[in-house]
Amino acid sequence: MSGLPRNGRPYAKLASQLFAYACAACAFSSVAILVLLLWQMLRFAWGWLDWQFITSFDSQLSPHKAGVRAALVGSIYLIGLTTLFAVPIGVGSAIYLEEYAQRSRWRGIVQTNIANLAGVPSIVYGILGLGLFVRGMQMGAGVLAGALTLTLVVLPIVILASQEALRAVPSTIRQASYALGATRWQTVWHQLLPAALPGIMTGVILALSRALGEAAPLVAIGAAGFVMFTPQGLNDSFTALPLQIYNWTENANDDFRIHVAAAGIIVLMVMLICLNATAVFLRYRFGKRIHW
Amino acid sequence: MHFSAKLPAPLSAWRSQLAISRRAMSLLALAYLVGCGRTNVVSIDGSSTVFLLSAAIAEEFNEVTPDVKVVVSQSGTGGGFKKFAAGEIQICDASRPITEAEAAACEKNGIDFIKLEVAFDGLAVVVNPANDWCDAITTEQLKTIWRAEAAQSVTKWSDVNPDWPDVELELYGPGTDSGTYDYFTEVINGEAKSSRQDYSPSESDNALVQGVAGDKGSLGYFGLAYYAENTDKLKLLAVDSGGGPIIPTAESVRDGTYKPLARPLYIYVRQDALQNDGVAKYLNYYLEKMNEVSPRVGYVPVTDEVMQQNRETLEVAVPKVAAK
Repeated sequence: MSGLPRNGRPYAKLASQLFAYACAACAFSSVAILVLLLWQMLRFAWGWLDWQFITSFDSQLSPHKAGVRAALVGSIYLIGLTTLFAVPIGVGSAIYLEEYAQRSRWRGIVQTNIANLAGVPSIVYGILGLGLFVRGMQMGAGVLAGALTLTLVVLPIVILASQEALRAVPSTIRQASYALGATRWQTVWHQLLPAALPGIMTGVILALSRALGEAAPLVAIGAAGFVMFTPQGLNDSFTALPLQIYNWTENANDDFRIHVAAAGIIVLMVMLICLNATAVFLRYRFGKRIHW
Repeated sequence: MHFSAKLPAPLSAWRSQLAISRRAMSLLALAYLVGCGRTNVVSIDGSSTVFLLSAAIAEEFNEVTPDVKVVVSQSGTGGGFKKFAAGEIQICDASRPITEAEAAACEKNGIDFIKLEVAFDGLAVVVNPANDWCDAITTEQLKTIWRAEAAQSVTKWSDVNPDWPDVELELYGPGTDSGTYDYFTEVINGEAKSSRQDYSPSESDNALVQGVAGDKGSLGYFGLAYYAENTDKLKLLAVDSGGGPIIPTAESVRDGTYKPLARPLYIYVRQDALQNDGVAKYLNYYLEKMNEVSPRVGYVPVTDEVMQQNRETLEVAVPKVAAK
């Protein structure tokens, strides 16, 4: 390379290359750990994860009879109800804060609080849920109280993600809409929400994935440890996948502690992957519709 | 800078915000109404030790009586009695008798209860398998190790017995909400909940097993069932309360020679819950099956006299309910 002018930094290129290798090593090691973990779980769950496991209730006496039915249905109930509560309230709050609220001190306080609440450990929301929903509003530790508690956990995340998505819509869109005589409602409904939808949905689904994996707030409100029925009404007791897995890992018997728990973990992960795949799909689908 | 921020927020903005929250509220109200219809539910909470038995019996009960929904949770004996006194559950699993304070809380809230003795459990005192200097321990030595004054002063095995080596003593035991902790501290240290606090506590018995198994100088205590599943990772100590060292087995726990670390397990039942058909059926089934199920979850069945006493307690309690 004698033809090129020397820049006086003989190691710059080497350093640059080394940095690239270092970053690649970071990326591969995190993937390697994930693969190792997955491999281990699949190995433990092999032979235990079958249709009987999905359709049976839990068992205390025989690991071969144990299943995730109550926990799976409980988790589906929880996620469904949490979506129902968290999406309208979260997206509504975000629209208000981004599009309506004036830049006042009050708004600043609300904004700071939401950002802080997003970092509050979920067990704290569990205790709040116990005091407010289970005891204060006399709901008992049913699916409704569980879903409302999880709504508290994910609401700040939904609000922040929706705000980001709304903020990413160029202000020229708003100006053009107003210039054409649209009202604020029309602007929000016909321009801003469709444009922000992929971002909002990604945020919502990531928040729901978190809700799906939460055990601590459900333990705090007193969700059941062992049930042999699926919830029929909103006040029925329930268990959820993370709780069920935790209970199995607590068992003295190695078959429960290792194999049945691993099978439960695989079920939980498949549910999470399905949720995330939906996020990717929706993003792609709705992202295509926007033409500016 | 947002364009919208420059515009004054019109009244309509508030109105639409209100509309959103009103819709959310009515949704909530509707959802709540739909859920009001629980019948024949048996709710149980409390000791994680008794949980294994109550849940196992609930499982078999479900096969013969699927229309009664049994919910078994575990939040420790102390946590269970708090909920029991607050009227949130019908049955409390307990690995120790109710305390005076807890009974007073029940009385204050108008909750009468009956007590049934459902099984025996031995507490295992275990050390690491690599520990070759200790096979048996006296209750005096256990007190030397676990009493509150031992904190920071009894830190090596040689502090307990000069014949034992100069190895760091690593202690593992259940957390303070556990009935096992209450029972152990009462019979060993002479006062419930009086214990040194510089040990590694865990509500998870598996964590205690792992802790003891991972450290040469370790000593821990927990339910015998967890030793039975981990015999290869732990070494069980014989306990000497003056009459020579006794290894805990089903026989020595049942006949009381393994003392003082064998304890009865209880369930406490709300008197007025016996009116509930599901609770009555579940309790009858419980008494019928518990001696068969106990050994399968690692406990020792109760004697015939205790069983007879349980039946009498239940028989006396049921007419009382009917008369009310």
